[in-house]
Amino acid sequence: MIHLTINGKGVDIDVDPSTPLLWAIRENVGLTGTKYGCGIAQCGACTVHIDGAATRSCSFPVSAAVGKQITTIEGLAQNGVLTKVQQAWIEHDVPQCGYCQSGMIMAVTELLKSKPKPTDADIDNAITNICRCGTFQQVRAAIHAAANA
Amino acid sequence: MNFVPKMNRRSFVVGTAAVGGGLALGFDLPLGPKAAHAADAPEIGAWVVIKPDDTVVVRIVRSEMGQGTLTGLAQLVAEELECDWSKVTTEYPTPGQSVARKRIWGAFSTGGSRGIRESHEYVRKGGAAARMMLIRAAANEWKVEPGQCKAAASVITGPAGQRTTYGKVAEAAAKLEVPTDIKLKDPKDWKIAGKPLKRLDTKDKTTGTTVYGIDVKVAGMLNASIKQCPVFGGKVKSFDAAKVAGMPGVKKVVQVGDNAMAVVADTFWHAKTALDALPIVWDTVGNEKHNSASIAKFLETGLDPEQPAFIGNQNGDVKGAIKAAAKTVEAVYSYPYQNHAPMEPMNATALYTADKCEVWCGTQDGEAALAATISASGLPAAKCEVYKVMLGGGFGRRGRVDYVTQAVNIAKQMPGTPVKMLWTREEDMQHCFYHPITMAKMVGAFDKDNNLTGLHMRISGQSILATVFPARMDNGKDPVTFQGLNPSGETAFGYSVPNLLIDHAMRNPHVPAGFWRGVNVNHNAIYVECFMDELAHSIGVDALEFRRKLMTKHPKNLAVLEAVAKKIGWGEKKPAGHFLGLSHMMAFGSYVAGAAEISVVGDKIKVHKLIGATDPGQAVNPAQIERQVAGSFVYGLSALFYGECTVKDGYIEQTNFDTYPSLRIAEMPPVESICMPSGHAVWGGVGEPTILVAAPAVMNAYFQATGKRIRSFPLKNHKLQIA
Ligand code: FES
Ligand code: FES
Repeated sequence: MIHLTINGKGVDIDVDPSTPLLWAIRENVGLTGTKYGCGIAQCGACTVHIDGAATRSCSFPVSAAVGKQITTIEGLAQNGVLTKVQQAWIEHDVPQCGYCQSGMIMAVTELLKSKPKPTDADIDNAITNICRCGTFQQVRAAIHAAANA
Repeated sequence: MNFVPKMNRRSFVVGTAAVGGGLALGFDLPLGPKAAHAADAPEIGAWVVIKPDDTVVVRIVRSEMGQGTLTGLAQLVAEELECDWSKVTTEYPTPGQSVARKRIWGAFSTGGSRGIRESHEYVRKGGAAARMMLIRAAANEWKVEPGQCKAAASVITGPAGQRTTYGKVAEAAAKLEVPTDIKLKDPKDWKIAGKPLKRLDTKDKTTGTTVYGIDVKVAGMLNASIKQCPVFGGKVKSFDAAKVAGMPGVKKVVQVGDNAMAVVADTFWHAKTALDALPIVWDTVGNEKHNSASIAKFLETGLDPEQPAFIGNQNGDVKGAIKAAAKTVEAVYSYPYQNHAPMEPMNATALYTADKCEVWCGTQDGEAALAATISASGLPAAKCEVYKVMLGGGFGRRGRVDYVTQAVNIAKQMPGTPVKMLWTREEDMQHCFYHPITMAKMVGAFDKDNNLTGLHMRISGQSILATVFPARMDNGKDPVTFQGLNPSGETAFGYSVPNLLIDHAMRNPHVPAGFWRGVNVNHNAIYVECFMDELAHSIGVDALEFRRKLMTKHPKNLAVLEAVAKKIGWGEKKPAGHFLGLSHMMAFGSYVAGAAEISVVGDKIKVHKLIGATDPGQAVNPAQIERQVAGSFVYGLSALFYGECTVKDGYIEQTNFDTYPSLRIAEMPPVESICMPSGHAVWGGVGEPTILVAAPAVMNAYFQATGKRIRSFPLKNHKLQIA
């Protein structure tokens, strides 16, 4: 049994310690907002926060998350109130297919925590998620909007 | 936490009857405008459901994959319905219901940018018919003539100030006959359609609650991981299931068709781990001898003008013109295999019993998915059903249903147990229906006064239809090859040249080809538009001026081209080191043009600005069109700089985003979009056309900047990067 703390709640799951955190979250915990895109830390679709740090969960063993606070896309909103990043996403109509957006939002949320008013260059450096639909122009606008909200 | 997606509604009722507390108005509408591709099935009809609380459920059969068709189609229905937009929701009818209702909705296929352009008329008629019925129901109640009543924002008012809402009269309206004499609004009176409204599907995509195929959960479900023979056409020779039978979670090792193995386990991770350990011996049937170099050689044979070729567009005598020319210009271009790489890898969930087979998946063609389910399960159509969920990208890939067949095949070997089959990214990269590989030899002929008297474009390479729809070929010819090059129609060539020949020497390697966002215009536009610049340069004429002379009979092409030229400041003084490039073409019924402003430092190309203009005839949602343009440029630039699948020993070498990169935010240039609908009767698409202008505009600017003409792609092979 492995004990995880996800979105503030404790959960025990029966998995091999080497299982990628992504699959433990999706299959053993049952939270599917975190997506699989590449499995090799290239695309960012699987991004979650581990003790506040944006982490590509496909390449992170579940055992390394023990004792840490894991936050997934489902854990961002508090009591049904969306975060300012999520609100900016809605305001700017960012998602197209939406598949990459959980990871995108998790990455952006951390960026805004460390750099509340990021420049375009900060965004370019920090946000390396792949979006095959090509929503980047809206993503950038929404990041600035969230920073100024 | 088991659930089935919302659209899995078994309580569907046929005809005009109550549905789950709401009322369904059924429309049996005539077919819409003739499908552009003659072999395509007839168009769809529409459904509107109105609940007592005035909620409007618009039924959509085209698939939402990010392109915004769900919102756009709903806008068109709502416009004619005169309903309150804030109360509009959407729902997918299932392909099985379509069969039961004798295909009232027609084709489900969502590709070729046809979501809106081929269904706007009958969905609008669906909305209008519903409005007429609702008004009549209210008029009947008030004992007045329908002509004395008005409807706006889901409220009907009568001559004496009577007032009711759609929800209140829906039940009576549902019993009325569906009108057939329907007059549609003039788009200039639109209030909902034509407006930059927000998408209807955004919120769930920001909270992780949208259900994609990969997220489907069915009670008691197991998971499967699959591996197909890496060499196309190859087969399973042998395998050793005993080696992995005892691994954690493993339930069964199954062969899938003749070319794949799968492991079924409690979780995907267990299934994948066991599959990686499964010894499989493949029979590669001789295809292991193919590689990129041998394929290129094969294509090169087709460039010989004496080789037989299918003619796509011809006027005058091109041979004579070339012979008589004062000067000729020649160039050979080539374009590689590319993978769609939608962010969500292929997957499907299937449940098979002797009595029923059900599939949950994201698909661009629900009907094709149902057909695959029927054929793979061996059950009759009435016992099969497909439930569509959101697609994590499609780009043409999810128009194929190979993954549905596989999921059903696996489920059939586990009767009574739902199984979700998910491809790894590696599987997805190596088993695509790739953007076809082609080359083109371009020959231009000038007379002594530098008039372009002849143009021969010889395409050599792969036919998409030969892989995916051989039955749609025309005596061996693949008409789709000539997108953007045809003498007339929705993908017409935008130039008049006195002696013209565009022909295709078909060369089909063993790698499967498919429809890839933009399809054949991606390379056709590079070939034509870069070569037009080469021709202009060869006689020292400005690229825009040169085109203008050939475009006098193509005013709509010229209008979009002039629009981007003006916006980018063509002919004006630019900052030192900045250079411009142009391109245009007609595709999927829309006229599109692009302009790029770039600078080049060393091996880095900086795209300062990329402008796209589109004339789709009518613009249903300008805000979403803008997003499609910007998104298509990301896709197109990814293809230009990075996109290449190479063949070694019969298989595709690229396996993931490390070897098949995609543009990131830092590389995305600022995109400006000009939407200039000119009102032509045949509406054009917007999901695909603009993709084609990005590459030639950038490459033409690159030539201006460096004097170097690049004719093979992607640019990473020339050590060029996007800055
Ligand atoms: S799935 Fe983890 S980075 Fe792509
Ligand atoms: S919105 Fe589709 S991949 Fe980003």
